[in-house]
Amino acid sequence: MSEEIEGTRPATDEATHEEQQEIDDNVISPEKAEEVKLKARYPHLGAKPGGSDLLRKRLQKGQKFFDSGDYNMAKAKVKNKQQLPAVTPAEKAEITGDHIPTPQDIPQRKPSIVASKLAG
Amino acid sequence: MAGAGGGGNDVQWCFSQVKGAIDDDVAEADIISTVEFNHSGELLATGDKGGRVVIFQQELESKNQPQCRGEYNVYSTFQSHEPEFDYLKSLEIEEKINKIRWLPQKNAAQFLLSTNDKTIKLWKISERDKRPEGYNLKEEDGRYRDPTTVTTLRVPVFQPMDLMVEASPRRVFSNAHTYHINSISVNSDCETYLSADDLRINLWNLEITDRSFNIVDIKPANMEELTEVITAAEFHPNQCNTFVYSSSKGTIRLCDMRASALCDQHSKLFEEPEDPSNRSFFSEIISSISDVKFSHSGRYMMTRDYLSVKIWDLNMESRPVETYQVHEYLRSKLCSLYENDCIFDKFECCWNGNDSVVMTGSYNNFFRMFDRGYRQDVTLEASRESSKPRSVLKPRKVCTGGKRKKDEISVDSLDFNKKILHTAWHPQDNIIAVATTNNLYIFQDKL
Repeated sequence: MSEEIEGTRPATDEATHEEQQEIDDNVISPEKAEEVKLKARYPHLGAKPGGSDLLRKRLQKGQKFFDSGDYNMAKAKVKNKQQLPAVTPAEKAEITGDHIPTPQDIPQRKPSIVASKLAG
Repeated sequence: MAGAGGGGNDVQWCFSQVKGAIDDDVAEADIISTVEFNHSGELLATGDKGGRVVIFQQELESKNQPQCRGEYNVYSTFQSHEPEFDYLKSLEIEEKINKIRWLPQKNAAQFLLSTNDKTIKLWKISERDKRPEGYNLKEEDGRYRDPTTVTTLRVPVFQPMDLMVEASPRRVFSNAHTYHINSISVNSDCETYLSADDLRINLWNLEITDRSFNIVDIKPANMEELTEVITAAEFHPNQCNTFVYSSSKGTIRLCDMRASALCDQHSKLFEEPEDPSNRSFFSEIISSISDVKFSHSGRYMMTRDYLSVKIWDLNMESRPVETYQVHEYLRSKLCSLYENDCIFDKFECCWNGNDSVVMTGSYNNFFRMFDRGYRQDVTLEASRESSKPRSVLKPRKVCTGGKRKKDEISVDSLDFNKKILHTAWHPQDNIIAVATTNNLYIFQDKL
């Protein structure tokens, strides 16, 4: 493994025991090296590995709007033109309620009965 | 190794057919979402993101070409599910067919269950090859005759007609799932089936649509405490009281419906112990099981997680009896695979007819076969380039570092948009159906 690990090169010649351990870990495990890379890019990534945030996102898939309270909150947010926090891909937050529902936005029934190309 | 491995020492896989459009611009509706042979292998069903089902039928072997097995041609196609919007919950309900499962054939008609995220439907596919002719009060084109012109009576008779295949929805099983259905499985008793969503599993009677029994419920009282979800479930192939379900944490639970009405307490828990020093942010994500399949014998089950396929002996819960690496070279790419969401791809897996070989898909339109007996594995590719009739597929190899040999492909050149998530193996013969994004490839062994 000739992976260059960002930010772990010791300033002094003698690495501390912890840094040496980390270097050893990264040399041994490509998975841990990838984790270091990820944490370097997204320092705010949740402490719980793969935990409730991802699961909750999975359960909420497809949910666009929450309720009228959510609607009003989101409307107020948009009115104030608040800068929404940058949603990085790693945070994977599809914030329910930010989308203001209007009749035009509700998905129209897609035209059905278009034959599958597999049957062509 | 000589030959293409898989299914015996000397099986060579040949291209047979490919279905679907050639153009690179893939409409979302055309994305294939499930592939399933029926119990005889005569019929092959596909479902897509547009909610459509296409069924292919194998032609009887031609006397002219005894060396070839019959081709699969379109038998029936219908719109199974339509997009819906749940106004009460503000939820878009996709029409994508998540799973198709065939019922064993009981009479002339064929039956299958197809499901999207919320609703399961039982479809009857029947043939009509004759029609009644010679009515007294109706003309042949359907117009009614003036009764006063009828002077003699005749008995209508059935006359042969061009074969017509009709698909009709016989049952609609709805409103039983709060979360998204990921699996359906027909019981060996042929009377009941289960449907599983992220947190619950329900038991249905095929005849009864307004009621289902909840048999597993892992929803915590406080959703903040949610740590795992159900990812797949299947009934045992011949013990009608037994089923298994897998989780996002890499565990499989076997449940016995005779033990209690609610099977929250498992009878067996299959889990491979993890080395805590190897744990990383990705560990749980890549351990999530995307598919679980019993062997035809019912003695083993196979699970697929992001990087490997594991075979479990039902008599041993402590660890799998076999582990096969599908694409271990991806372990050093997990960061990018997390960023582009590929780490959440759900690959399926399947057994061959005699449980000696297992198959699963990978990226770059590669798929892998592992021969359990001969301890061989092979990587093959479903592509238009290797699509000449009866041309033998050449084994592919991914080069992980250092010098790339000719014909090898380097990990960084793999196309992660070309994923083979769905594969199926004919129940008896060496015929496989491999789904790329929008094409269905059929391969057979060289006879």
